[in-house]
Amino acid sequence: MKTQDIRPIRDGYGNALLKLGETNPNVLVLDADLSTSTRTNWFAEKFPERFIDVGIAEQNMVDIAAGLSLEGKIPFVTTYGVFVCGRAFDQLRNTVCYSQLNVKIVGSHGGISVGPDGGSHQAIEDIALMRILPHMTVVVPCDHFQAYKATMELAELQGPAYLRLAREATEAITDENSNFEIGKAQILTEGDDCAIFFAGTIGAEVMKAFELLHDKNIFPTIINMHTIKPIDKECIIKYAKKFGKLMTVEEHLQAGGLGSAIAEVLVEEYPVKVKMLAIYDRFGESGQPDVLLDAFGLSAKRICEQVEEFVRE
Amino acid sequence: MEKITKIDQLQKRAEEIRYDIVSMIAETGSGHPGGSLSGVDIGTVLFFNEMNYDPHNPTREERDRFILSKGHAAPLLYALLAHASYFERSELKTLRKYKSRLQGHPASLMLPGVEVSTGSLGQGLSISCGIALSGKMDKKNYRVYTLLGDGELDEGQVWEAAMFASHKKLDNLCAIVDRNRLQIDGDTEKVMALEPLKAKWDAFGWHTILIDGHNISDILDAFEEFHSVKNKPTVILAKTVKGKGVSFMENIAGWHGKAPDREQTEQALKEIKARMDA
Repeated sequence: MKTQDIRPIRDGYGNALLKLGETNPNVLVLDADLSTSTRTNWFAEKFPERFIDVGIAEQNMVDIAAGLSLEGKIPFVTTYGVFVCGRAFDQLRNTVCYSQLNVKIVGSHGGISVGPDGGSHQAIEDIALMRILPHMTVVVPCDHFQAYKATMELAELQGPAYLRLAREATEAITDENSNFEIGKAQILTEGDDCAIFFAGTIGAEVMKAFELLHDKNIFPTIINMHTIKPIDKECIIKYAKKFGKLMTVEEHLQAGGLGSAIAEVLVEEYPVKVKMLAIYDRFGESGQPDVLLDAFGLSAKRICEQVEEFVRE
Repeated sequence: MEKITKIDQLQKRAEEIRYDIVSMIAETGSGHPGGSLSGVDIGTVLFFNEMNYDPHNPTREERDRFILSKGHAAPLLYALLAHASYFERSELKTLRKYKSRLQGHPASLMLPGVEVSTGSLGQGLSISCGIALSGKMDKKNYRVYTLLGDGELDEGQVWEAAMFASHKKLDNLCAIVDRNRLQIDGDTEKVMALEPLKAKWDAFGWHTILIDGHNISDILDAFEEFHSVKNKPTVILAKTVKGKGVSFMENIAGWHGKAPDREQTEQALKEIKARMDA
């Protein structure tokens, strides 16, 4: 049994940037006046000449990054997911993706677990907005270890990419030595009762649910779908065939998120029922993260209940 | 690229560019003649006198960069690139057609010489800021030029970029505003007043130069002045005429995005040809 490691996923990003600062002179970091929240301030302190604070101007930030990337730089554009994906969507579409530029977009504060700031600050549509863009890679790591690895890999990947982070300190469910490969799903548990796909820090709740399910004699296969695009079709089809139905869990709108992405694969390749635990056509609201997760049916306890029902039906 | 230094030769080249703009839009039956024609003299001086580049090596590191922020003036950019030998002039007639490299608005993945795709307004200045900042970071000597429409200045992002450029002292950046005073819905001062425009740019910390955007000598002088400005970006507010050089198109908003018919094309080309041969 490993010891608990509870840290914000943003820390993994901040640490990866520090490493990249040393190893890759082309890496630059941009922020829009939120550097302490997003952890880019760590990079800024150590590499001030390679940190660009544009002020509260997300559209400008994305296109400045586009210009920098045209000159061979690898800009990591960082701010809250809700602001960069929404406000700067046209810049991401018409400049970054249409010209296939090597710009990395990092949206922190994904999901309702952002908590007290409320619906205006909780990105729940960012995955949908980013994954529909041609050329865009979309990665949603599950903890700070994986955020570190994802950041390092994205620096090497040529082309636009979106990395979704979250605010809360959550329990690590992978470790330093866990394998991570963009586009390749990570199997966390192999059970014979059902398959649960998740993306992001909600994985900590899913793993807690796993323990609860254990007591009920239910053993799920749990799959960390950290890459939403390109999606690991082979893995999805494999478990659809094995179980005849799948479940997905995400802190995102049901429309356009992980569950939708999986359903898109299945309706064309191997139609089975997909039960999506997600946010259904509404905005988030203020509250403590654990209270909100429970209210939205995404706490370990609520996930456990819904898995049980799903397995028994 | 061999530079043209004589004013009459630059004027002649400008008319050749106009001829090609009208021809390609007429041939394909769609495109934006008004704002392409108003920017011709500025573009001609940029491409055939001011900028350093190598059409046979479009990504040469030392080249000066040009970003067409007003992407709908694609016919202007294509005519300039063709005359600068990036590709054959015969390709101009493929404008806006299926499989053509000459997309309705410039697409960088398709055509060498197009630095970045544009078309959605208000973004070129920000992109240019990024390129100029990179040049400063790496102590490169290239300069960055971007052509904006005046209607485009309605976009708030332009002013975010204006703030950034002066904050970062990007004196390797020159913005040119094609001030033809017409946007799609009419007079810029009636749709969304821009004046006092010079005062706005001054207040944002830019070196501001006012010129007649069809006077070659004025344009040459303005770029000369830009070279001498230190620690701040330069904007050239070029007073122009939308549809310049085709009498029936001049100062008429309706010619923003409409192709001339056969008869109109004949007249337009006749007018331009007369000046080319003069």
